[in-house]
Amino acid sequence: MNSKSYSLFLKDFKSELRTRYAINALAMFIIVAISVILFSVGNEKISASLTGGLFWVVIFFTAMSGLSRAFVSEEERGTALTLQLIAAPSTVFSGKLIFNIILVFAMNTVIAVLYSAMFEAFVIQNFALFLTSFVFGNIGLAVSSTIIAAIIAKAGAKGTLYPVLSFPILLPLILTSVQLTLFAIDGISFERAKFELAIVVSYDVIMLTASYMLFDFIWKE
Amino acid sequence: MTNYSVEALELNKSFGRRLIFNDLQFRFDKSGVYGISGPNGSGKSTLVKIIAGILGASKGKIVHKMNDQEIAEERLHDHIGFVSPYLVLYEEFSTYENLKLFAEIRGVKFNKERVDYLLNKFLLYKRKDDLLKTYSSGMKQRVKFIFALMHSPQLIILDEPTSNLDDEGKNSVYELVREEGQKNIVLIASNEKNDLELCNDIVYLEKYKN
Repeated sequence: MNSKSYSLFLKDFKSELRTRYAINALAMFIIVAISVILFSVGNEKISASLTGGLFWVVIFFTAMSGLSRAFVSEEERGTALTLQLIAAPSTVFSGKLIFNIILVFAMNTVIAVLYSAMFEAFVIQNFALFLTSFVFGNIGLAVSSTIIAAIIAKAGAKGTLYPVLSFPILLPLILTSVQLTLFAIDGISFERAKFELAIVVSYDVIMLTASYMLFDFIWKE
Repeated sequence: MTNYSVEALELNKSFGRRLIFNDLQFRFDKSGVYGISGPNGSGKSTLVKIIAGILGASKGKIVHKMNDQEIAEERLHDHIGFVSPYLVLYEEFSTYENLKLFAEIRGVKFNKERVDYLLNKFLLYKRKDDLLKTYSSGMKQRVKFIFALMHSPQLIILDEPTSNLDDEGKNSVYELVREEGQKNIVLIASNEKNDLELCNDIVYLEKYKN
């Protein structure tokens, strides 16, 4: 990543502030999803393990509602060609990835704060483990979402294709992150969670490497 | 005189079973204005996209050289200026903001003198801080020329350069094409008689259909 990628990220950031392409969709989805869970649960007490699972369900579907915008908005507005004319593919991917990483972290922090405020059972015993899994889980989610967004951006039925293509790719990450969140809720030590942590870190490294290798072919028509 | 050259080597492009052109060869190594002509659907826009490195060829390749050194594909955008009706700039930014962003993303210094010169040439200086979405289609087309020329490229590719332009705009473009053609390679893809009259040499795509 270099200054060109950072400039591209800044362009996306300024553009987002003016157009509210992704922020509004994400904010609405977070509020609606958490409200629906709250209404459906009612006065019932839900277990800690269920809240941990639902936490990542909300994160997955929120990501599906907004993270594809990085590339889809460029294709829909016809500005993808402009980017192709001013930047190398690696610069474009890095710029979009920085934007999505920041968006994922902001979005998931809001979800985590709302979640802990709304659900009594969502009490983290091992906060360091939760934070570690949260950071690596978010990075994996951002990398996968960015490369999948690039793949589906040129397709016709983008809205349907994005979650359908994302589900099998994100499944290993989501399942392991759910497990790590449950460990954090139960107060399990790092030592006992190292296998799951290794899976999440490996996932991130594999996805990042594969994305940079594939992006040239995806980006060029 | 330019130290830049662009050469097509046995270029072939097909979309599925549909052949666009076959065994296309040309070499432009002297500064000047060159044309690409052909009827609608003959592949003019496809060819300029391949030359600009946006689209891949089915067979053959385009070689860009600077001082006899082949330019790597990922550096190509530093040497090319591109204008076309299907090029879209960021409408939520002003012309000046767009141009500054492009310089930063390209990784080059924003040349204020050159940009101001081009803004004056295309009669847009007074509107440089207005959002692009408030511009007419002709004004947007003029901004594309500034976008294409702001980094002083050695190869300027113009796909239907005078579409959406009024007579005043067309005259600015023709003046600019003559000026740039003195020191750089200007490639025009068009069917317009007036556009092609500027060209020293023309590639007729209908000859490469077999």
